[in-house]
Amino acid sequence: MRSFAYHQPNAIPEAVSLLAEQPESRPLAGGMTLIPTLKQRLAAPAALVDLAGLPDIKGCSNGNAVVTIGAMTTHAEVASSPLVKSQIPALAALASVIGDPAVRDRGTIGGSVANNDPAADYPAGVLGLGATIVTSAREIAAENFFFGLFETALKPNEIITAIRFPVPLSAGYAKFKAPASRYAVVGVFVAKTATGVRVAVTGAGSGVFRVPQMERALAEAFDPTAIAAIKIDAEGLTSDIHADAGYRAHLVTVMAKRAVATALGAA
Amino acid sequence: MQISFTLNAKPVTLDVEPATLVTELLREHLNLTGTHIGCDTSQCGACVVHLDGLAVKSCTLLAPALQGKSLVTIEGLQGAPGSNQLHPMQEAFRQHHGLQCGFCTPGMVMSAIALAHAKAALTEAEVRRGLEGNICRCTGYQNIVLAVMAGTAAMHGAGSGE
Repeated sequence: MRSFAYHQPNAIPEAVSLLAEQPESRPLAGGMTLIPTLKQRLAAPAALVDLAGLPDIKGCSNGNAVVTIGAMTTHAEVASSPLVKSQIPALAALASVIGDPAVRDRGTIGGSVANNDPAADYPAGVLGLGATIVTSAREIAAENFFFGLFETALKPNEIITAIRFPVPLSAGYAKFKAPASRYAVVGVFVAKTATGVRVAVTGAGSGVFRVPQMERALAEAFDPTAIAAIKIDAEGLTSDIHADAGYRAHLVTVMAKRAVATALGAA
Repeated sequence: MQISFTLNAKPVTLDVEPATLVTELLREHLNLTGTHIGCDTSQCGACVVHLDGLAVKSCTLLAPALQGKSLVTIEGLQGAPGSNQLHPMQEAFRQHHGLQCGFCTPGMVMSAIALAHAKAALTEAEVRRGLEGNICRCTGYQNIVLAVMAGTAAMHGAGSGE
């Protein structure tokens, strides 16, 4: 690891100005991706701005059928939150299968969403539920937030402060995991809402994406059989050591069916 | 930079480079070599320590994160306070032979204690899931699981004659 300056600001504006002043600086949340990246020298920022000291960006709250989760809330806290478990059990379940217990004790929702790993779990939940990403500067709809591989709409000196999840009628998440890392080979989040059904897929391609064909079929009949015959085009999906594109395409349908079954069980 | 924290119940103040991992701080600066470095890529769990009671991987933790916190390593465990006794979880690993080479054991014990603190009665499935972040290349896990179940029971008073 190369050396870096370390800052721990106590207020969001201070964090933003530290990031703005030093272009080669990076925000640090739980560090579960950034620290391994630093260790491998894949990144060598001049400064880290640790967000752990910021007030009011941790914890879960609700109101007006929306659950708000502070950016520095850990996966373990979301997984065990009585509020999230009662309002959006599928989101608590998603958080409970990220990494392993020690990773869940440090890793945060804001860090995961900002990192936008193509195989991370949270992007599927954020896009699947049609959440809003609240930053130090603005609010961004999930549709406009995730770009490709590790890319998001965030500017270099913009920090996620919270994510707002509309409470769905029912939802489910199913993941076919890589056994060593527990990242998603394919993960599918399905949400049934008052305005329609949303299906979001992680792990299969270069970033999280929706499947409109499945959404239409599930809007007509919210049942696993409604999407059993839908085949995803393997063109453009990921092929790697874990699975080739054709197998990933197959897994999207299988995981989507399981997610719908889970949603029906939880409804 | 200067950091102050509690290490195994004792206050510590140190000067560290911010780019210091807690594994490095413990093993190379403080001579506490019970915390092991296995994979050094956040996967194997040999380096698990307790930070404010939570099991975390010290190979993926920067020293500045310790500021104001309480850190407990395998060296900080004990049975009755002030005694030389093993912690009930360590004793259970000994009784059930929950190790072969022993390299993963410090992390296993620290993860197991955090699991037992979170829940008083653990099923075998819960123990196996709770140890997903701790890799053992010798035992096949059978005796580790037995040890964690026995250690959890002992920590919560079952079988201690009460």
